[in-house]
Amino acid sequence: MLEIKNLHAEVDGKAILKGIDLNINKGEVHAIMGPNGSGKSTLANVLAGRDDYEVTEGGILFDGKDISELEPEERAGEGIFLAFQYPVEIPGVTNTTFLKEALNAQRRYRGEEELDGMEFVKMIRGKTKELGIKDDMLKRAVNVGFSGGEKKRNDILQMAVLNPKLAVLDETDSGLDIDALKVVAEGVNKLRAENNAILVITHYQRLLNYIVPDQVHVLSNGKIRRSGGKELALELEEKGYADYSGEAA
Amino acid sequence: MAATQETVEQVQSLEMDKYKYGFVTDIESEKAPKGLSEDTVRFISAKKNEPEWLLEWRLKAYRLWLTMPEPKWGKLEIPEIDYQDSYYYSSPKSMEDRPQSLDEVDPELLRTYEKLGIPIKEQEVLAGVAVDYVFDSVSVATTFREQLKEVGVIFCPISEAIQDYPELVKKYLGSVVPAGDNKHACLNSAVFTDGSFVYIPKGVRCPMELSTYFRINELNTGQFERTLIVADEGSYVSYLEGCTAPQRDENQLHAAVVELVTMDDAEIKYSTVQNWYPGDEDGKGGIYNFVTKRGICKGKNSKISWTQVETGSAITWKYPSCILQGDNSVGEFYSVAITNGRQQADTGTKMIHLGKNTTSRIISKGISAGKSQNTYRGLVRVAAKAEGARNFTQCDSLLVGETCGAHTVPYIESKNRSARLEHEATTSKISEDQLFYCRQRGISEEDAVGLVVNGFCREVLQELPMEFAVEAQQLVKISLEGSVG
Ligand SMILES: Nc1ncnc2c1ncn2[C@@H]1O[C@H](COP(=O)(O)OP(=O)(O)OP(=O)(O)O)[C@@H](O)[C@H]1O
Ligand SMILES: [Mg+2]
Repeated sequence: MLEIKNLHAEVDGKAILKGIDLNINKGEVHAIMGPNGSGKSTLANVLAGRDDYEVTEGGILFDGKDISELEPEERAGEGIFLAFQYPVEIPGVTNTTFLKEALNAQRRYRGEEELDGMEFVKMIRGKTKELGIKDDMLKRAVNVGFSGGEKKRNDILQMAVLNPKLAVLDETDSGLDIDALKVVAEGVNKLRAENNAILVITHYQRLLNYIVPDQVHVLSNGKIRRSGGKELALELEEKGYADYSGEAA
Repeated sequence: MAATQETVEQVQSLEMDKYKYGFVTDIESEKAPKGLSEDTVRFISAKKNEPEWLLEWRLKAYRLWLTMPEPKWGKLEIPEIDYQDSYYYSSPKSMEDRPQSLDEVDPELLRTYEKLGIPIKEQEVLAGVAVDYVFDSVSVATTFREQLKEVGVIFCPISEAIQDYPELVKKYLGSVVPAGDNKHACLNSAVFTDGSFVYIPKGVRCPMELSTYFRINELNTGQFERTLIVADEGSYVSYLEGCTAPQRDENQLHAAVVELVTMDDAEIKYSTVQNWYPGDEDGKGGIYNFVTKRGICKGKNSKISWTQVETGSAITWKYPSCILQGDNSVGEFYSVAITNGRQQADTGTKMIHLGKNTTSRIISKGISAGKSQNTYRGLVRVAAKAEGARNFTQCDSLLVGETCGAHTVPYIESKNRSARLEHEATTSKISEDQLFYCRQRGISEEDAVGLVVNGFCREVLQELPMEFAVEAQQLVKISLEGSVG
């Protein structure tokens, strides 16, 4: 589903990703761990096609298709979803409006029929119920005045509504209390299916107790330094990243 | 040859898309001789078959106008206006004998309004909205008049009101905006052609929204409409005005005057969606929108509320204001002003507190994009006797891009110690983070800008009557097209 080959990328002329290779197959969950500033969010942004993140070498295939020339909204339409490390506030735009615009934009992109108001409300009510999110949250402006945990949960609601093929979760677990963590994990596990793939970026192996990964990768200084099974997360939690600093491979 | 022709047509059709109201109706019209003189004023007055007192009133205004300087306080660059290079009266020929019913209205006119998305045929118009259609200098039709008459509401072209209700018109015309108020209002007083007149009798809640739709069609023609709304004791009316004009390389002048009067316990809600042609990207053409709007809360507990969505015009100079004379009266001003390309807007309000315990509220949202300049200019004045006056002002500016300007100029003059005046102002930019967040969810950049800006304006847009809120949201989005990327 996702094939990243020798990916080099820079931001503001500064090289940050220095040759990443990563393959994620349908139905798999991968986790990326790594020290602060190692390039995890950068990788997420590059996947999503953010302006200013320039791919200088290598490339990304999604569902066998080269997406490097696609705009962020086109990649979203192709089925890439990014849960943000810092979800953004949009004053005056209700969650409902935002979700409806987003969903219908993606449906248009894929040549599917747009949902009308009634269908949409029905669908979204179902999702909030599943995720234990109160309906009055839908009437509030996107992330405005939300607590840190609520913002993360809101991103998971968006994910549930948009039903992406690939979800990239950038530290969605940080700042969550244990109940919220379970909600997020549940949301992700619901999405987890034969045809979807998930990439979890996290600092804590705690999340991985709930979302059990098929593979764990250590990203350090712009490169994946080691890959392994879920036990690697436990090891990292114990030993830290000392072994992976610098250029050591 | 054929190929070039095709290209030309293609380019034209593209251009048209940007301002979809930019077409011209090909219709024979009757005009006053070009230029402005006492003869022009007499011509208009004669065309309208006006009584002597009104002609005198106009002539007095004209003579005063000759002596008045152009107002200079706006932060606007206004090219010198050649008043002699314009027509002051233009009427579709077919309107010579005023049609008695819609069946008699020229089909070409009917088609024009259909194209504008506001068909005149009563069975097709928005349910529950009565509309006065003003085309250049004349009202071509007013819908639902009979139904309104049944409850005593008068809603008709002002030219007709002058014939049919001369006492009412004489009593209130110029009572809120005197001819000598400013040069533009003075010109209007001399040459106003049509506009709407509304009278809501005591205790009547107007059963439907009233609306006037202004259309400038003729080349080199100014539009000088005059609206007068009087709400008698305990009455209520909601009124909406909309406007468009063809796309032309020449600038056209629109100098309107609107006067509102509320008696005890009466309320007028006045909404405007202004979408005059803004000119092209290089600032060529477009309407000069120099408008004087003012309401007086004459009676106790009365209320006047202005809501405006200003997206069009090359230059906007406009300060809908409230004189809060009655005790406990309330004035409100909700404004969205969007400028893009080379547009300039200098707009705001004046709240004049004269009565006791009067309250005013100002919410202004300015959005500037492209190379435009957008200024909020407001005055809150509290007279010595206005015990217990209160004002809340909030001015927010949003910048789209790096080459535009946003300015906030609030004036406060308080002569009463008990006044409570609050002012808040913010300036922000549409952030890259917001746009990326939207785009990551599948929303295109242009739609994302529309979404964020609509969110920014929400407090104001939700003041609009339901029927028009959706249209206004669309307009907000369209007027920012091409402002990013
Ligand atoms: N716009 C930018 N200009 C310059 N440097 C940048 C920019 N954006 C990111 N960086 C740098 O790129 C490096 C990688 O940042 P990134 O956010 O990808 O790290 P991360 O692995 O997500 O860290 P964390 O665990 O703290 O979230 C950091 O050194 C950061 O300072
Ligand atoms: Mg990060």
